[in-house]
Amino acid sequence: MIQERSGLTRDDAPALPPEVEQFVKEVAERPHPESYLIAVLHRLQNSVGYLSREHLNAVSVRMKIPAAKVTGVATFYHFFTFTPRGRHRLSICMGTACFVRGAGAVLARLQEMLGIGVGGTTADGLFSLEVARCVGACALAPVLIVNEKVYANVKPEDVPRILEEYGFDRGAKRK
Amino acid sequence: MPTTKKQVTVWIDGTRVMVPEQATLLDAADAAGIHVPRLCHHPNLSLLGACRVCVVEVEGQRNPVASCSFPVAEGLKVKTSSPLLRRLRRDIVELILDNHPQDCQTCPRNGTCELQRLAYELGVRERLFEGERKRHATDASAPVIRNPEKCILCGRCVRVCAEVQGVYNLSQHHRGFANVVAPAHEGQMDKSVCVQCGQCINVCPTAAFVEQDATESVFEALADPERMVVVQTAPAIRATIGEAFGYAPGTPVTGKLVTALRLMGFAKVFDTNFGADLTILEEAHEFLKRLETGARLPLITSCSPGWINFMERFYPELIPLASTCKSPMSMLSTLLKTYYAEKEGLKPGKLFVVAVMPCTAKKFEARRDEHRMADGRPYTDAVVTTRELIWMMRCLGVDFRDLPDGDFDAPLGVSSGAADIFGTTGGVMEAALRTAYEKVTGRELAALDFEQVRGVEGVKEAVVPINGLDIRVAVANGLQNAKTLLEAVKSGAKRFHLIEIMACPGGCVAGGGQPYPPAGMHVLDPELAKLRARALYAIDAGKSLRKSHDNPAIEALYGEYLGGPNSHRAHELLHTQYQPKSPRGIP
Repeated sequence: MIQERSGLTRDDAPALPPEVEQFVKEVAERPHPESYLIAVLHRLQNSVGYLSREHLNAVSVRMKIPAAKVTGVATFYHFFTFTPRGRHRLSICMGTACFVRGAGAVLARLQEMLGIGVGGTTADGLFSLEVARCVGACALAPVLIVNEKVYANVKPEDVPRILEEYGFDRGAKRK
Repeated sequence: MPTTKKQVTVWIDGTRVMVPEQATLLDAADAAGIHVPRLCHHPNLSLLGACRVCVVEVEGQRNPVASCSFPVAEGLKVKTSSPLLRRLRRDIVELILDNHPQDCQTCPRNGTCELQRLAYELGVRERLFEGERKRHATDASAPVIRNPEKCILCGRCVRVCAEVQGVYNLSQHHRGFANVVAPAHEGQMDKSVCVQCGQCINVCPTAAFVEQDATESVFEALADPERMVVVQTAPAIRATIGEAFGYAPGTPVTGKLVTALRLMGFAKVFDTNFGADLTILEEAHEFLKRLETGARLPLITSCSPGWINFMERFYPELIPLASTCKSPMSMLSTLLKTYYAEKEGLKPGKLFVVAVMPCTAKKFEARRDEHRMADGRPYTDAVVTTRELIWMMRCLGVDFRDLPDGDFDAPLGVSSGAADIFGTTGGVMEAALRTAYEKVTGRELAALDFEQVRGVEGVKEAVVPINGLDIRVAVANGLQNAKTLLEAVKSGAKRFHLIEIMACPGGCVAGGGQPYPPAGMHVLDPELAKLRARALYAIDAGKSLRKSHDNPAIEALYGEYLGGPNSHRAHELLHTQYQPKSPRGIP
C-alpha cells in the first residue's frame, strides 16, 4: 500500500470558518455529500459575507469537488457574491409588484445617496446594494430589506431616514 | 446505444424499426438510416440535450421533442422531417451563428467545423437575427488555446474533461447570455489543472479549443540558410495521417510520410521510434534493477506527457513510482543535439529539431525546464501536431497519395516493430515485455505478440510468467481509467510490477493532436482507435526487427557514446525528474 506523502492540501486554500468546517464534516457522513455544495456556499457567504477565491478553493479541497465545478455552481446563482460586501446589506425588490409601485425610484435614490451602483459597496464598507427578484411580499410593495429587516411601502423620501438608522452621515456625504 | 434483450417497435417516418428499450429516438432514427442533425450530442459522452437541433415530432406530443434524450416506447410514431422541423433546426443554428464570430474563412476549423457544416446542411443561407454578440478574450496561455467567442456551449469539452479524463478542469460559469466555459475561477489555462491532453480540441465542434500554432516557426526555420532543420515523427502519425489524404482509417503510410517530409525541406527525417526503442532499453533496465533491489513497484511508464502532467497535479505521491526515463521524443531530441551534433560536427544552435506528434501535451513537454540544454534552449525546438503537419502539406501542395515510399535517415531512424506499437494503448507494455523477458531469461521469446495487453479496453490486466516469477502488469488509457487503476494500487487492493498509462483514450492513435475523424466516424470512437492501432500492429508484424534490444543502431549508440543502459551518461541525457505542481487536482 502506498502512503499519501502529502495530504490533500492546496497552497492557496485557507481554513474555512469553524461553523462551515463543522457543516462540511457533518454532510460528509450523509449520502451524496457533494449535493450539499450549495448549502455549504450559503453558510460560507453568511459567515464571511462573500465567497473569496481562497475559500472556494478550500471548499473544493474539503468536499473533494473539482474547483471548476465549485466556481461553476457559485457563479450560476445571483445570490452569491465574490467581492466583500458592506456591513449593512441593502436589497431592493424589483419584482413586478414592487417595480410598478415605484421601486425604481427608490433604487435611484439609494444609488444617488450612496454613490454606488447595484452590486457595489461604499468606500467606507458600511453599505452594499443589491437588487432582489420577488421576495414574496407583494402586498408590502415596494419592499426594501436591510440585513434581515423588512421595510414596507418604501418611498424615495423614506430613504435618508432608513440609511441614517444604520449610521449614514448625510453631512459627511454632502462634502 | 445501450444493449438489452427487450426490444420495442418504433415507427420512424413510416419505417418500422426494432430497438432496445433503453434506446432514444435518435438511436431509433439511426437504426432506420436517418442521421438526425445534431450538435451537442456525443455517443461516448453523457446526455446533455442542450442544443435542440435534433428535434423530431412524436405523434401525440404537442411540441417537437429532442430526439437525443427522448426514450423510445412501444409503438411510437416519429416524424424526423417536416416543414416545421426544418424551420426549427435552421432557426436554432441561425441563432447560434448570430452569437458567433462570422469569420469562417480565416478560422483554423474552416472546412472541419461541425457548425459550419450543419449551417450548410440545414440550409442557413441568410441571416435574419442580428443582435448582440458575446465578447471574450482568447486564452493562449498554454498549448491548448481557449477561445470562448467561438464556443456554442454544447458542453462536450466539459464532459470529455470530467467524464473521460477525470480532470474536470472546465465548467460552464454564469448563466444565460453570460454563460462561458472556463477553468475554475474563470482562470487561465496555464494556471489551471489542465493536463494539456487536447481531448477538448478533439470533441469541440468549432474552434473554441485549438492547439497553439507552431507551423510558422517551422516554416521560418526551413527558410533560414543558417539552420539545419531535422524532423522526427511519432509512431502514431504513420497510422493516422493517411486519413487526411483519402486513405481509409487504419492505412499505414510510413513511406509516403517520410518522402513528404523530405519534399517539405527537412534535411533529415528521423524516427521517434528510435527514441522508443531506447526508452525500452532504459526502462527495462530500470525495472529489472527495481525488481532485483526490492525497490518500490510498480514502475509506471512516463512516455505520455498528458499522464505526466496529470500525475504531477493529481497524484504527486506516485511520482517516485514513475519511470525516470524521458519520453521517446525528448530522448531523441536530446541525442540529436548532443550525440548527433557532435558526430556531424554541427555548431550548437545550427540544429533545429521539429517533432511531429499526435499530441498537444508534447508542446508543453518540449518547453519544460527539464528538457532544456545548459544554455536554456529547448532540445525540441518545435512540436507540430498531426493536424498541423497535414495543413503544412496542404499549404505546400504536397501530393501525398502520389509520393513514392521513402526510408528514414540512419542512424536515428532505425527502429524495431516494438517501437511502432508505442502509438497504441498496450504497445509500450508489449515492447517492454519483449525486452524484459529476453533480458531476464536469456532465452529467445517464441511468441512476440502479447495479446493480453492488446485492445482498446480502458484497463487491461495480465500476468506474464518470466523465469518462474509471475510479472503482474496493467495497462490504462484515458485518465479516468488511470484513476480507477491507481486508486486500486494506492489502496493496496491491487498489486502490479509494471503499469503503462496513456492519457488519451485508445492511446496516441487517438491523441489530442490527431486528425478530426473522417465522415461516418467520430472522436472517441473505440472502433476508430482499433483501426488505427491495427495499422501499427501490421507494421510491427511485417518487420523482421521486432525487439528493441535487437536494434543495431541502439547497440551502436550504447557502444560508441552512452556506455550501457542506465550508465552515468545515459542517466544524464535520457532521464529526468518530476515535481508536484500547483494547483492540485481533486483525484
